[in-house]
Amino acid sequence: MIAPEHEADIAAAIVTAAATGGHWRLAGGGTQSGIEGGAGALSLAAHRGIVFYAPKELVIRARAGTPLAEIEAALAAEGQHLIAEPPDRRALLGTSGEPTLGGAVATNLSGPRRIHGGAMRDHVLGLRFVTGAGMVFRAGGRVLKNVTGLDLCKLLTGSRGRLGAITEVTLKVLPGPERVGTVAVAGLDAAAAVRAMAAGLRSPFAVSAACHIAPGADHKRGLTALRIEDFAASVAYRCERLRALLAEHGTAAIFADHDSRAFWRQVRDGVPLAGLGPAVWRVALRPSSAAAAAARIEAAGGQWMMDGGGAVLLVAGPAAVAATRAEGETWVTLRGEAIAVSERKEMARVRAVLDPGGVFVAA
Amino acid sequence: MRQPQPKPDVLDRRAAIVAGLRAILPADAVIAEPLELKPYETDGLSAYRQPPLAVVLPRSTAEVAAVLRLLSREGVRMVPRGAGTSLSGGALPMADAVVVGLARMNRILEIDETDRFAVVEAGVTNLAITEAVKARGFFYAPDPSSQLACMIGGNVAMNSGGAHCLRYGVTANNVLGLRGVTVEGEVVTLGGKYPDAEPTDWLGLVIGSEGQLLVVTEVTVRILPLAEGARAMLAGFRANEIAGACVDAIIASGIIPVALEFMDRPAIHACEAFAHAGYPLDAEAMLIIEVEGSAAEQDALLARIRAIAERFDPISMRVSQTAEESAAIWKGRKGAFGAIGRISPDYLCMDGTIPTSRLAEVLGRIRQMSAEYGLEVANIFHAGDGNLHPLIMFDANDPQSQGRAEAFGADILRLCVEVGGCLTGEHGVGIEKRDLMGEQFAPEELALQRRIKGAFDPAWLLNPAKVFPLVEA
Ligand SMILES: Cc1cc2nc3c(=O)[nH]c(=O)nc-3n(C[C@H](O)[C@H](O)[C@H](O)COP(=O)(O)OP(=O)(O)OC[C@H]3O[C@@H](n4cnc5c(N)ncnc54)[C@H](O)[C@@H]3O)c2cc1C
Repeated sequence: MIAPEHEADIAAAIVTAAATGGHWRLAGGGTQSGIEGGAGALSLAAHRGIVFYAPKELVIRARAGTPLAEIEAALAAEGQHLIAEPPDRRALLGTSGEPTLGGAVATNLSGPRRIHGGAMRDHVLGLRFVTGAGMVFRAGGRVLKNVTGLDLCKLLTGSRGRLGAITEVTLKVLPGPERVGTVAVAGLDAAAAVRAMAAGLRSPFAVSAACHIAPGADHKRGLTALRIEDFAASVAYRCERLRALLAEHGTAAIFADHDSRAFWRQVRDGVPLAGLGPAVWRVALRPSSAAAAAARIEAAGGQWMMDGGGAVLLVAGPAAVAATRAEGETWVTLRGEAIAVSERKEMARVRAVLDPGGVFVAA
Repeated sequence: MRQPQPKPDVLDRRAAIVAGLRAILPADAVIAEPLELKPYETDGLSAYRQPPLAVVLPRSTAEVAAVLRLLSREGVRMVPRGAGTSLSGGALPMADAVVVGLARMNRILEIDETDRFAVVEAGVTNLAITEAVKARGFFYAPDPSSQLACMIGGNVAMNSGGAHCLRYGVTANNVLGLRGVTVEGEVVTLGGKYPDAEPTDWLGLVIGSEGQLLVVTEVTVRILPLAEGARAMLAGFRANEIAGACVDAIIASGIIPVALEFMDRPAIHACEAFAHAGYPLDAEAMLIIEVEGSAAEQDALLARIRAIAERFDPISMRVSQTAEESAAIWKGRKGAFGAIGRISPDYLCMDGTIPTSRLAEVLGRIRQMSAEYGLEVANIFHAGDGNLHPLIMFDANDPQSQGRAEAFGADILRLCVEVGGCLTGEHGVGIEKRDLMGEQFAPEELALQRRIKGAFDPAWLLNPAKVFPLVEA
């Protein structure tokens, strides 16, 4: 493994590989792939540091290897936060290392706020990246609205190290909430939970997250929770309104700020499923099909929790669980054997542009 | 504006190409009479006009696919078109191109309240989506001022924004999936009916690609629940920089209003004459600030904002008391282009974005340039995100005046790039900013984008001569 500190050295390593028919597996902090090091890894983790932060402009720029924790601390000092709420996967996947900005962008991470505030893709304003030919390019910029030319930021975000080595990222950030409140109902089954979450998510109260933790995973009776993030008076008011709205689904409790923040951090990180592997997946799907999918997963010996009001299932269990997947579900393997997907024909052509020598191989 | 030479062989085969189109489409879906081509010769950038070879108005994805297959095979250029409201000349035809108009694909196919999405055809207007879901308590968030006319396919192509995207995001943040047709006539689906349906973000690449990669025929948008209520307030200030500082202070306090719009003195006067909204005529700059929530939440937020604005010595502040008053305030803003049209025979609407910290400096330099060029300019802008809309007034009957206006506009966009911003925040590059792309991108960066386009459109038949500076063959 090599971990160059400077972009020029990252590019040089790629140029060398391209010239000699070599390959690199791009790595960040190794918390998602578990390949922090290892032969053939080109780690971006040493290329780190915040380049600038302009709180009034809601913009931060940092090098790819910058730990997310460092960025979150800098933002918190100004009362701001990362909108996509990227999870820290270490507990869920049993990995070590340090989650980095580059890793969060390369995998388009998002947490419980996905349904309300979007994923990393929605906030990447600009990027620097090195192609498989070792050329350094810029995409996007540093302003909040920009439609100039093709949006290569979107193409690179979520490309999982297959199209370029992302070296620097400019992100939109937002003020963090003054208060966080949670309205929680216990004892619902999967179908009832989806109905309750949908009722909250279609209410005018700006629900910023909605999850359901199944009885098997951690919570004995199952817990369905909805989150409000805002100024204190708004959180108090909306939590009460939500509680009334959910009355027909069950008796709701309200968690105060401190407990809410702790609870949603656990949800964000998938902690209720930690250690239930061997394999772990993130499944995106329509909320209305989440309960049926959960039943199939359970029948195959898997455990699950719902996020995004049912638009996301986090699944842990034996490798065979993946065989239950159905049309209309997007399974991404977080741990275990990758699921083969057929790619669009444009992918080969785009690769021919960005990585003609096939330097970047899957992590 | 230089355009590529029409392909002589295509012009020569015009009759055969039209006959070919007539063979695969109903008779009323192919337009080839010169007089009937007239409405398609320009778009919102009306200084440029060019009738196309023909226009087709397909009614289904299958018809679009058949048309594209035929045109690809014949080597004919194609220009997708929605409502033709593009302000950058994105839908301007070419003499040897067939315009593929999506206006007849205007059905709403599916509305799902549980999963909170709507599937609509590309020719459905932006406002019609909100109208269709409003009764169920939802809306479609991006709200370009042209929302009555512009179509969702055009919005996707341009990644359009609106006054409320500070809070709710632009088109790219509100589309879950789409159906489209490749230049070769293959029907493809990108994304899905839920977020992150595809690990590779092809959807994100296509949104904002200005008709360079696909012809979009169906769009799945996410729909959001309507807030309990909304209310706007106006605040007038003695100088642009003071209003700009007030914007910074609001955001620094942790408040992201649903809208935060800025107008300078000439814009205030033009819009007030048109909308009679009670804009402060004695102010140098004015902010429209809108908040959402219950009545009590609105009161609380507006009280906070007023307290902040008080620190900036406002000339006037007015909180709207009724829905009618809020509507009048927005009528002035959303009708701003029309309002300028009433005081000047012609105007150019620019669309650069700047880092908000450079606002006062940039407005100062625009004022200076306005004196140098001898042309009036009114500034309207989305203050929270730094997206400027300087409106340059000129008289198209005076060719000199038009040339000066274009040069002035180009100088403003260069300035935007120079201070760390970009050429276009929401209107797109089109032909208007095509030749300025070199100001923002290095030659190799442009070459890379061109090659990505080439991955979708190897023969460069789809909306060519837009977005990228022309290269000599
Ligand atoms: C008065 C006025 C106010 C405006 N206000 C705003 C505003 O607030 N915010 C904003 O962002 N814009 C605004 N615009 C610009 C314009 O309305 C938007 O760019 C809009 O999205 C264009 O939609 P359209 O249907 O008119 O597309 P057209 O003008 O017909 O086409 C625009 C571009 O999209 C391509 N295209 C169209 N349909 C498709 C399709 N189905 N598939 C592939 N490509 C396609 C065309 O080739 C062209 O390049 C305004 C324009 C006017 C005239």
